Amino acid sequence: MEHYHMNLTLKVWRQKNTTSKGNLETYQVKNISSEMSFLEMFDVLNEQLIVEGKEPIAFDHDCREGICGMCSMYINGQAHGPWQQNTTCQLHMRAFKDGDTIVVEPWRSGAFPVVKDLVVDRSSFDRIIQAGGYISVNTGNAVDANAIPIDKKDADNAFMAAACIGCGACVATCKNGSAMLFVGAKVSQLALLPQGEPERESRVLNMVAQMDKEGFGNCTNTYACEAECPKGISVTNIARLNSEYIKAGLTTEDN
Amino acid sequence: MALDAKIPQGEMDKKWNDYKGHVKLVNPANKRKLEIIVVGTGLAGASAAAALGELGYKVKAFCFQDSPRRAHSIAAQGGINAAKNYQNDGDSVFRLFYDTVKGGDYRAREGNVHRLAEVSAAIIDQCVAQGVPFAREYGGLLSNRSFGGTQVQRTFYAAGQTGQQLLLGAYSALERQVALGNVKMYARHEMLDVVKIDGKARGIIARDLTTGNTERHFGHAVLLCSGGYGNVFYLSTNAMGSNVTAAWKAHKNGAYFGNPCFTQIHPTCIPVSGDHQSKLTLMSESLRNDGRIWVPKQKSDNRKPQDIPEEERDYYLERRYPAFGNLVPRDVASRAAKERCDEGYGVGTTKMAVYLDFKDAIMRYGKTETGKTGMENVDDKTIFSLGRQVVQEKYGNLFEMYEKITGENPYEMPMRIYPAVHYTMGGLWVDYELQTTVPGLYALGEANFSDHGANRLGASALMQGLADGYFVIPYTLGNYLAEEIRTESISTDHEAFVQAENQVNDRLHRLMNIKGKKTVESFHKRLGKIMWDKCGMARNAEGLKEAIQQIQALKKEFWSDVKIPGEINEFNSELDKAGRVADFIELGELMCIDALNRNESCGGHFREESQTEDGEAKRDDDNYAYVAAWENKADQGWELHKEVLNFEIVKPSQRSYK
Repeated sequence: MEHYHMNLTLKVWRQKNTTSKGNLETYQVKNISSEMSFLEMFDVLNEQLIVEGKEPIAFDHDCREGICGMCSMYINGQAHGPWQQNTTCQLHMRAFKDGDTIVVEPWRSGAFPVVKDLVVDRSSFDRIIQAGGYISVNTGNAVDANAIPIDKKDADNAFMAAACIGCGACVATCKNGSAMLFVGAKVSQLALLPQGEPERESRVLNMVAQMDKEGFGNCTNTYACEAECPKGISVTNIARLNSEYIKAGLTTEDN
Repeated sequence: MALDAKIPQGEMDKKWNDYKGHVKLVNPANKRKLEIIVVGTGLAGASAAAALGELGYKVKAFCFQDSPRRAHSIAAQGGINAAKNYQNDGDSVFRLFYDTVKGGDYRAREGNVHRLAEVSAAIIDQCVAQGVPFAREYGGLLSNRSFGGTQVQRTFYAAGQTGQQLLLGAYSALERQVALGNVKMYARHEMLDVVKIDGKARGIIARDLTTGNTERHFGHAVLLCSGGYGNVFYLSTNAMGSNVTAAWKAHKNGAYFGNPCFTQIHPTCIPVSGDHQSKLTLMSESLRNDGRIWVPKQKSDNRKPQDIPEEERDYYLERRYPAFGNLVPRDVASRAAKERCDEGYGVGTTKMAVYLDFKDAIMRYGKTETGKTGMENVDDKTIFSLGRQVVQEKYGNLFEMYEKITGENPYEMPMRIYPAVHYTMGGLWVDYELQTTVPGLYALGEANFSDHGANRLGASALMQGLADGYFVIPYTLGNYLAEEIRTESISTDHEAFVQAENQVNDRLHRLMNIKGKKTVESFHKRLGKIMWDKCGMARNAEGLKEAIQQIQALKKEFWSDVKIPGEINEFNSELDKAGRVADFIELGELMCIDALNRNESCGGHFREESQTEDGEAKRDDDNYAYVAAWENKADQGWELHKEVLNFEIVKPSQRSYK
């Protein structure tokens, strides 16, 4: 792989806190290696700002290997930037060329208020999980792990849904700010497994109710969420969510 | 103070059962009155908080990330061990116990390790019941693979994302308890001190990282599940936020630190590419099931790997360790890679890398696939493409990750790998009940020192984190809390809370008022370089002495010249990081002191002065068969206490994987 260096112009969203008004600020970075990750380029910029006596840009990040789901930048109009099935931390600078201008914004959604600069509050996702994204099994209650065989296809599909990292790119990228892919992934994972059967109906009804309460929008099937999902979570999960929801709505006694 | 590990009497395989049978209990009505603080929400913390919430205790859980689901356990790739013997290949609780004690180079406590092996099977049951989608065979039953240092298949996995799936399982159990009101979650909070009253841990001072305000929290007991301290090396496979601060504050408040120098350098990581590097990425050990490690037989061979013929390749692990081959334990594999590179056989632009090659595995799987479908006279290209699909299913996400970082396709070209700091076996000293030397203060998971000796076997960290949280602490904590049922909740207006909070705030102000010239990051990088050069894969007395002096000088410089922008009472990542780096500097000194004291090689701790003729780690059981537990004496440094290790079952011998 050929390596090269580049000079870039960055336009980055700066916002002091949740209540203040934000704006795009322009910065220059020089001599950036194509081998750097996007966040390492931000490290360079932040070191530069600190030395100049300015405040560094706040952004969320932790594992830097594409699995914790904490990083969350909207880069040139795309959640996590130009690469497919990729997180911001795994985006590398070889995606850009010398002289490029890169615009970086936070996740944009009413249900994810900005905390500072590029950092947003995604606690609404935790509250959706609290509403039913689990199997109610206390520690020590379990039967032997091989007592219930599970069709490999169902297990594989459950795994693919469970691969969601909860980053919120689906919401940020959706014109309606819908969380249906996130919720659909969790509902699917547990609906596909026999262990999830007992709470199947209450789970989907409660999670959807919480999703609505948090102010996420509706799904209008544009599939932008799937296109931008760093883990390639399929919109089939939204179809399954809808079907589970309808079935549960028709059959639960509570309604 | 004499160190009492409180290992139950009796035969090894009966200790834990006997303990459980006689341990004191807390009745349900009293549990509701008892408050517990859990710091960290990785596998150990999330499972402990969930399990204790289920029992009815009032739990407060803290994490510095924006959600408990992000803790770095999530990044564990390869798998979790359990003595299920589903493969009928001779596994048992005893074998897992034996492999772990031997793998740890006879520096772990047998009683703890045996308990770990005993509860391992229940962990898999619990996780499956939670809906963790482990890999399965076509018959619907669970699949297993091998990890280093074992000759059975006991590792359960979910592609290369096992840690993620287990953590999300524990996280969902935790969130269920949050919904039920048994656990209150404090995300974006960092613990900055332990509060002690009458010698017992009674709470913490935490800082809300969004507002910058400090808070006082009471608990009848405090559980530290805050992970390891690999980031002392700056570059490691840990997350950017992983830190030692919670454990270090406990240490400075009286908790002894056990075997701080025991660091695991993982053999298969993506090599460093330049000075900009902020972290290193692991390529799971599971890849050594199928990948073969080699370097060219000729020094400084600049040919492309595919142009180097078979007979000119040195599969040095298979050559040196025929019994275990590519699946030797991590410490052995790492040192062997370093040896080849130091001798001039390394590959890639930096020459500090070796190849991990999947070509043979791809062809082997491809042939099996053609056999399954009855295809005949198949050309190599077709076999390769069929085999590639099998490899993709097993390790797809790892291969993708490699390609994203390096820009090279590992199906076509062998991976370039090199060892990197990954895990710390050392940690807060705990007894059999996971209690530190401070009553009421516990350490679980990677934060404690207990189960892995001087080297951890692959797929055992997930096992230990969940064992401690789901199946150990619910019993051992009750033994302490049974005596606390008459202790009313203490008001956080108590003098001890006020004092601790003042100290925390004083330190924050001190940091902000230095107003020096150098960034926090620059100090962290310098510390990392000292540690990697002198307290890394190979250590010697002279280097360690130099390192101690350099670290002391660095500490002075940090406290007089660090530059932190912004304010205290706001979201300020630089201030958060400054506090962590200040603690890493102090820890670095203790690690070097410990490494200097331990004049033997064992596991990941390799003292150049102590090696066998063929360069293997040489232990000195007569003088060092103990846990080094260090007591902090503030300005007077540290005092060493020894917990002598008694091996009742596994008699220490020179470890051999040949």
